[in-house]
Amino acid sequence: MATYTLTDNQCYHCGTAITSTGYILDEKNFCCIGCQSVYQVLNSNNLCSYYSYNDSPGQTQHSESKHFEYLDESGIITRLIDYSDENITTVTFYIPAIHCSSCIWLLEHLHKLNAAVVNSRIDFLKKQVSITFKQQQFSLRKLVELLVSLGYEPLISLQDVVKDKQNTDNRDLIKKIAVAGFCMGNVMLLSFPEYFGLSSFDQQFKSLFGWLNLAFAIPVTFYCGRIFFSSAWAGLKHKIINLDAPLALIIAVLFLRSAFEIISSTGPGFTDTLTGLIFLLLMGRWVKQRTYHHLSFDRDYRSYFPVAVTVLKKEMEKPVAIEELSIGDRILIRNNEIIPADAILMRGEAYVDFSFVTGESAPLRKVLGEMLYAGGRQIGEAIELEVIKPVSQSYLTGLWNNETFKITDNKLQNFNDMIAKYFSLATFIIAFSAAGFWIYSSDSSKAWSSFTAVLIVACPCVLALSTPFTLSAVLSIFDKNRFYLKNTDVVEQLAKIDTIVFDKTGTITSADLIHLSFSGDLSAEEKILVASLARNSSHPLSREIVKWLDVNTFREVMNFTEIAGKGICGTVNGRQLKLGKSTFVSSGKLSQIDSAQVQLDINGIYKGCFKIKQQWRSGLNQLLQTLSQHADLHLLSGDNESERENLSHFFPVPEQMHFAQSPQNKLDYIKNLQSEGHKVMMLGDGLNDAGALKQSNLGVAVTDNINNFNPGCDAILDGSSMMSLSRFMTQATDAVKTIHMSLVISASYNLVGIYFAVQGILSPLTAAVLMPLSTITIIIFTSVSARYFAGKNRLNSPVEQVFKV
Amino acid sequence: MGILYFLIAVSILIALIFLAAFFWAMRNGQNDDLETPAIRILFEDDQPDNPKD
Repeated sequence: MATYTLTDNQCYHCGTAITSTGYILDEKNFCCIGCQSVYQVLNSNNLCSYYSYNDSPGQTQHSESKHFEYLDESGIITRLIDYSDENITTVTFYIPAIHCSSCIWLLEHLHKLNAAVVNSRIDFLKKQVSITFKQQQFSLRKLVELLVSLGYEPLISLQDVVKDKQNTDNRDLIKKIAVAGFCMGNVMLLSFPEYFGLSSFDQQFKSLFGWLNLAFAIPVTFYCGRIFFSSAWAGLKHKIINLDAPLALIIAVLFLRSAFEIISSTGPGFTDTLTGLIFLLLMGRWVKQRTYHHLSFDRDYRSYFPVAVTVLKKEMEKPVAIEELSIGDRILIRNNEIIPADAILMRGEAYVDFSFVTGESAPLRKVLGEMLYAGGRQIGEAIELEVIKPVSQSYLTGLWNNETFKITDNKLQNFNDMIAKYFSLATFIIAFSAAGFWIYSSDSSKAWSSFTAVLIVACPCVLALSTPFTLSAVLSIFDKNRFYLKNTDVVEQLAKIDTIVFDKTGTITSADLIHLSFSGDLSAEEKILVASLARNSSHPLSREIVKWLDVNTFREVMNFTEIAGKGICGTVNGRQLKLGKSTFVSSGKLSQIDSAQVQLDINGIYKGCFKIKQQWRSGLNQLLQTLSQHADLHLLSGDNESERENLSHFFPVPEQMHFAQSPQNKLDYIKNLQSEGHKVMMLGDGLNDAGALKQSNLGVAVTDNINNFNPGCDAILDGSSMMSLSRFMTQATDAVKTIHMSLVISASYNLVGIYFAVQGILSPLTAAVLMPLSTITIIIFTSVSARYFAGKNRLNSPVEQVFKV
Repeated sequence: MGILYFLIAVSILIALIFLAAFFWAMRNGQNDDLETPAIRILFEDDQPDNPKD
């Protein structure tokens, strides 16, 4: 068991640096009352082993109260749960907070906290927990509330919580690999006597071995190899020759020639090559298919929106799934809830944060009768709205349903499919000329054998393997450096990019780096008063203010009240303090809102305000300078022009900076660049970039917490790794270089094979040796060179994984 | 050498049994999560009166 040393400045529960004192229990420090109460719950239930597996494994507690009334609605419950009978219900949640063994331990001991929980199992990599509970004693809502109270809030959405389909796809492929491996092993065994030469005594076995080999080849060709035929056929139907087309042809030729030789007893056939080939090809597919389960790249608006919203009907509040919202419904939106549909404000004071939708950083005040677009987040009191458009047709969701996305695939063709055409053509020319030569020399049996042998030996299997192995090596290198790609094709796209478009808010600025300043003067005593008041609130801004004030002594606060979304007030040392929005701090003169502000008022006298400015990510200047050598840089911002001057330092061409861009503007801008022949990479973060991310050749979502919502994209880049972007691009280019080099290696092997093949003297043994030899060379070459280039690009040493922020 | 016919049959049969065992393990979900069980096995057994540490 790990021993805990009492460190003065770290929370025992969550490890946050403690800025204020006062929360001490059992000689342990806590940063806030939330952390302390979780500790108390665990301690009273004898669950303190939670703290022994890892130091401070908990999550920082947020005081935002969430409403889970909708989890009492049977319609919603049935859509969330996996299984239910009279006694028990099983449900699977995605919980982003799962990050260490303590999490596993605690969540698998839920039954100690509530006896109604029968069983809970964690899938660590997917960050999922399956919980079986007795629903008569414990409702789904209570279960979720229990998880939330422990700091493990499940991400409940109707879209991408649990993905079963991917799993079954993967299982199917592994099954095929197993069958192919089984048959390959047996065929190899039965082919050995043929390799070493059968004595006349053993000749009786020859035809038996042949027939057994053929029997093993049948399931491999028709069951395991079927995916190559169907993929080739699908390509041909669209008049495209993809890499699977020559592969399917080779499989067919190998099988037919083997079957012909074995049935007619004219030779041993190539069943060993055939089964080995398919086994290796399937391995290549498997390597390519391995993705990162914990990330979702195909999220749409449904995972951003809540599952349900409160509808007011005849003065009654009733939770309704958002798909079932209809025009004219009156909905209630509380503090920090998201407006799910375009609606008109009917009652209350709306102060809406549209930063995610438009990129505008300051919240907007809306008056009665005004229209509110879906996607905004209400800050302040509860408001009532009347829905005027169904969820699926709102301004925002309309971008996703944009028809253009369904028709055009704007991704660039990858190298393999491009080369497959020429490869097939060259192979056919050689095969036909060899056959033609032998027919001309009137040796028709040699014509047939040389024709088939050329097709067999010119197998592009090395090509089919070098790509997935190289790219997946790059993928895992990127993964270690916190750049997560959707699939291996994205690496190739990355190598071709010549234009990079940036979004401003959240992309080149960081949400975490807040720069505070205070307009006005505060005496040392006043600083203590403000800090004493602010440390009682868990609002992020209050915490920032306490940090900024940097005082060591605190006074007692009386009558502390916190009004969500407005501010805090209380009496300290006999003086009345108010801290919050200008509407809350009544004496505050309404100053212009240019960035988020917190007003301060002491004893009714306006003291000034704390200004919050976003900061550029560190190292941005250097990054943009390096990138500008490879690519054209553009900036699209939803914000106003106030930052234009600061940014002109980074983006020297004024025509490539655009402000006040709507989501549609952004999309059109990218389309325009593409029509000029540019290969565009878009970096964005919000919903407002979603259309542009999708339209671009490579959409990268930049995020400071990879578990947060991010729009649909090809890659997710952790904000802290943004500075490595240029190195990622070099690595991608190097990877493509590696693939080209492995093509040369494979071609030299093929030439050796073709030398035998055109003469019609390719023995099954040569084929069986040549193929695995070239494959092994390529696999070694690709993985070694990927790592070599990673070292060269200073990407090899993985950045230390930090799970907690 | 007639015994070879029998031995080959037996070897294929045994290989098939292993293949079937693999399929069973797949369907049983044993390959779905390779990470968590490795961590889970390191947890200590529940102690009824676990003193605070």
